[in-house]
Amino acid sequence: MKSLLNAKPQTCCSTHNNISSSSDRIVLVGSPNVGKSVIFNALSDSYAIASNYPGTTVEISKGDGIIGNKKYEIIDTPGSYSLLPITEEERVAQRLFFEKASIYLHVIDAKNLRRMLPHTLQLIEAGKPLILVLNMMDESAERGIRIDAQKLEKMLKIPVIPAVSNKGEGIEELKKTIPEYSSNPQDFTIKYNDDIENAIKDIESNLKENYEVSKRSISQLLLQRDQVAFERTHEKCEDVDAIKDIVSNTENKFNSPINYVMTVERQQLTNSIVNSVMKIKEPYSYNNSKAKESEKYKDNYPNLKKRLDHLVSNPLTGIPILFLVLYFGLYQFVGVFAAGTVVDFLEGVVFGEHLIPWITQNFNSLVPYPLIQSLIVGDYGIVNLALTYAIALILPIVGAFFFVFSIIEDSGYLPRLAMLIDRVFKKIGLSGRAVIPLVLGFGCGTMATMVTRTLEKPREKILTTLLLSLAIPCSAQLGVILGIMSAKPAALLLWVVVMILEFLFIGYIAAKVLPGEKPSFFLEIPSLKVPKLSNVLIKTYSRMQWYFLEVMPLFIIASILIWLGKITGIFGLIIELLKYPTQWIGLPSEAADVFLLGFFRRDFGAAGLYELNKTGVMNGVDMLVAAVTLTLFMPCIAQFMMTLKERGLKIALSMAAFIFPFAFFVGFVVNYIMKILGVTL
Amino acid sequence: MEISENAEEILEKLWICSQERGQSSIELESLNLDKESPEVMELLDMDNIDLNSDSKISLRHEGYFNAKNVVRRHRLAERLLVDVLDKKEGVHKSACEFEHILHDGVDDKVCVLLGHPRTCPHGNPIPKGECCKKGEKEVSSIVQPLSELKLNQKGKIAYFEIQDNEKLQKLMSMGILPGVPVTLVQSYPSFVFDLDQTRYAVDKEMADYIFVRVENK
Repeated sequence: MKSLLNAKPQTCCSTHNNISSSSDRIVLVGSPNVGKSVIFNALSDSYAIASNYPGTTVEISKGDGIIGNKKYEIIDTPGSYSLLPITEEERVAQRLFFEKASIYLHVIDAKNLRRMLPHTLQLIEAGKPLILVLNMMDESAERGIRIDAQKLEKMLKIPVIPAVSNKGEGIEELKKTIPEYSSNPQDFTIKYNDDIENAIKDIESNLKENYEVSKRSISQLLLQRDQVAFERTHEKCEDVDAIKDIVSNTENKFNSPINYVMTVERQQLTNSIVNSVMKIKEPYSYNNSKAKESEKYKDNYPNLKKRLDHLVSNPLTGIPILFLVLYFGLYQFVGVFAAGTVVDFLEGVVFGEHLIPWITQNFNSLVPYPLIQSLIVGDYGIVNLALTYAIALILPIVGAFFFVFSIIEDSGYLPRLAMLIDRVFKKIGLSGRAVIPLVLGFGCGTMATMVTRTLEKPREKILTTLLLSLAIPCSAQLGVILGIMSAKPAALLLWVVVMILEFLFIGYIAAKVLPGEKPSFFLEIPSLKVPKLSNVLIKTYSRMQWYFLEVMPLFIIASILIWLGKITGIFGLIIELLKYPTQWIGLPSEAADVFLLGFFRRDFGAAGLYELNKTGVMNGVDMLVAAVTLTLFMPCIAQFMMTLKERGLKIALSMAAFIFPFAFFVGFVVNYIMKILGVTL
Repeated sequence: MEISENAEEILEKLWICSQERGQSSIELESLNLDKESPEVMELLDMDNIDLNSDSKISLRHEGYFNAKNVVRRHRLAERLLVDVLDKKEGVHKSACEFEHILHDGVDDKVCVLLGHPRTCPHGNPIPKGECCKKGEKEVSSIVQPLSELKLNQKGKIAYFEIQDNEKLQKLMSMGILPGVPVTLVQSYPSFVFDLDQTRYAVDKEMADYIFVRVENK
C-alpha cells in the first residue's frame, strides 16, 4: 500500500538537493505494530500508513528527512520479529540488513521489552550502529511497568530513547541523538553453549570475505540455515559445502532444532537484563522521557476500555456489534449518505446542471470538429464519462468508505473481528487473518489484493484473491448498488443474500479443490484505541489520493478506447456479442454497455448501471440480476493487473476464465428462479 | 513377573533400535554383554528376546509390550523432571533412575498429571498408555494444553509439541518460549491469551500445541 503512496508529489523538503549516499541512511526495524510507521512519518517528509493492526507495511517505504542540518534517506521496513525471517515480508527487511546504513533504529513496544530485546541483542551483535527506541511508554505506564532506560543504556552501550511516538514524545530527543551518534561497533556477544559456540567459530573461519554485518552474526544465521545468508555467502564464493557440513554435524548433536536451542538461550540472557531494568508497580501517568513517579495515575478509561473490549470480543455481543458497524458504517454512511445525498448533489447539480453544460458549450464553440467533440464532450467522452464518473460519482463513495475504514482500523477492531470470524472462515479454507484484506476489498479490490501479502500460506492467498475478484464488491460498486436499490429493499436484501451464499459456496468448493497447506490462525490483538481524527483524515486523504491517481488514467483510457471503438465499429461489435449473454440472463440489451464498461473497471460498470436505472428500462428483478452479475463479474483492469502481479499469469488467467462465465451463469439462475416463482420486485 | 533394571535397559535399547531406527537386531558386544550375562539369560527365559547365531539379539512379540512400557516410563520421567520439577541438567541420567520406580499404574498417573504428553523434552515420541487412549482427566493435571485452561487461569509456557519447523519458529519469534507467563482470557470462538504483556488470538489447533504449567491450583 505504502510504496504506491510514495508517489506523493508534494514534499516540503524536496528543495534541498544534497544527494544522500547509502551511508546517510536510517533504517527502521522492529516487530509489527510497534509504531515504526509513526516514527517514519515524524522523521521523513513522506507518509506511510500506520495502523492499529500488524502487517500494514508490506513493502519498504523510503523518504527523505533533514535531521540536524543533514539530509538522511529514511527507510521503513515491514515488521520482523528476529534476524531469522519466516515470511516474504520479513525477508524484505532482512535483505536491507546486509546493506550499509549509518543508523538502525530498533523500535520496540516498551511493555514487551522481554519479548523484543532478543532482537536488539542480535542487532548489536551484528555490529550495526544501533539506537533503541522504547516506544509506547504510556501504555506500559498504564500497566505500572517502570523501565530504567539509563541503566539499560549502560548495559547495552547504545543510546536508549523512551518515546510515545503517536504523541510526539521522544521524537526531539531522537532527532538530537541521531546526528551525534558515532558508530563504534563494539564487542558484544551472546554466549551460547559450547557446541553452538564451536560451530559458530568453525563457520567464521570459513568466511573469507567481508560483509556489512559481523561474521559472528552471519555464522549464526548460517547455522540456522537461513536462506538469505546462504545466498550472500554463495555470491561471495565462500566454501558453502564446508559450511553446510558444519551445520549438519551440529544439528546432529541436538534433539531440538538449533534455532530453538539458540532462541531459548538468548531469552535467558534477555531475562537477566530485563529483570534488572524493569519493575512492575502501580500504574502511573507517563509524560516526557523522565517519568514523574509522583504524578498520580488517572484511571479515567482503562476500565471502560476493558468492558468495551469484552463486548466486541464476545460472540454474543460482538456479532450484533458487527452488524451495527456494517449498518451504520457501510449502509447508512457510504450507501445512503455518500452514494445518495452527496452523489445526487455533485453529479446532478454541480456537474449535471452547471459544469458539464458550460464545458460542452464552450468546447463546442472553440473546437468545431465533431470527432474531437465526441472524444471530449460526447456521451462517453472524457468530460462526461471519465471526469464526471471519477469525481462526482466514485470519489465521494470511495472517500466515505476509506473514512469509515480508517476509523475502524485505528480503533483496533479488525484483529478482534478476525478472532471472532476465524472458525467460520476455516470452513472456507481461510484463517481469521484474511478478514483484513476482505474488509479492505469493500473499499478497493486492487488495494486489498495487494494486502493479501500479509497472509502466510500460498493457498490462503489464492483463495482470498479469488473471493476478492468474485464476490466482494468494491465501495464504488457497492455504493452505487446500495444507492439504486435502496428504493427496492426486497431486491437489495436478495442481492445481499445471493452474495453471501456465493461467497460461502465458492469458498467452500475452492477450499475442497485447491491443494496446499491449511492455514493456521495466529494474530496479535493490540489494545483498543480511540482513533485520532487527524490520523484518520490523513489516512483517508492519502488513500483517496492513491485511488484517484490509480483510477483517473484508467477512466481516461477507457473513454479513449470507447471513442476509438465507436469510430472503428469494434465497440458496436462487442456490444452486439455481449447482448447474447445479456439477453440470456433476462436483461434488456442496453445492459450490454454496462458489462463492457465493467471490463474497464467494476465501479465504471456500476456507474453505467446507475445511468441505465435512470432511464427506467429495468424492473426490480432486472436490477437484481444485473447487480448480481456485475458484482460477480471480472475484476476491474487494475485489480486484474494486481492479481497478475501478485499471483502470476497462470492463476490470474484461470481465475478470469472461471469468473466470466460463472457471473453470467449465476445471473441466469437468479433470473430463472425469480421467473419460476413469479417474484416481482 | 518383575524384570530387573538391567534387563529393562536392554529392552529400552531394543525398542529404540527397532521402532525408531529401523534396525531389527543389536549385537550383544555393542552393549558390552554376552549370552552368559544374567540380564540376557533373564530375558531369554521370559521369551522376551531372540538370540541368533552371530550373537545378535532382537525383540520378540512377548517382549514388545515390556519394552514399550520401559520407554514410556523413561520419557514420562523426563517430562516430569523438566516440566514439573524444573530440573535443567542431567535429565537423562535422573530419568534412567526414575523410570524403574514408575511401575504398576504410577506411570499412567504421571501421564494424566502431565496431560498425556506426546513427546519427551528431546522431541522423541512417548508410546501411548491405556490412560491416553481413554483420555483420562481425573487427576487435574499440572501441565495442560493451553486449550484446556480455564478462563483467567494463569501459568507459564512449559513446552510445545510441534514438528513443523516453520510453525515452531513462528511461535518462538512471537515470544512464546518456555517460562513466559500466560493467562487465558477467552476460549470461544478463538483462544485468546495474554502472553506477558501482549494479547494473542490463536485457533484450537495452535492452542493444543502449546503446553502450560498451571499455577495457583
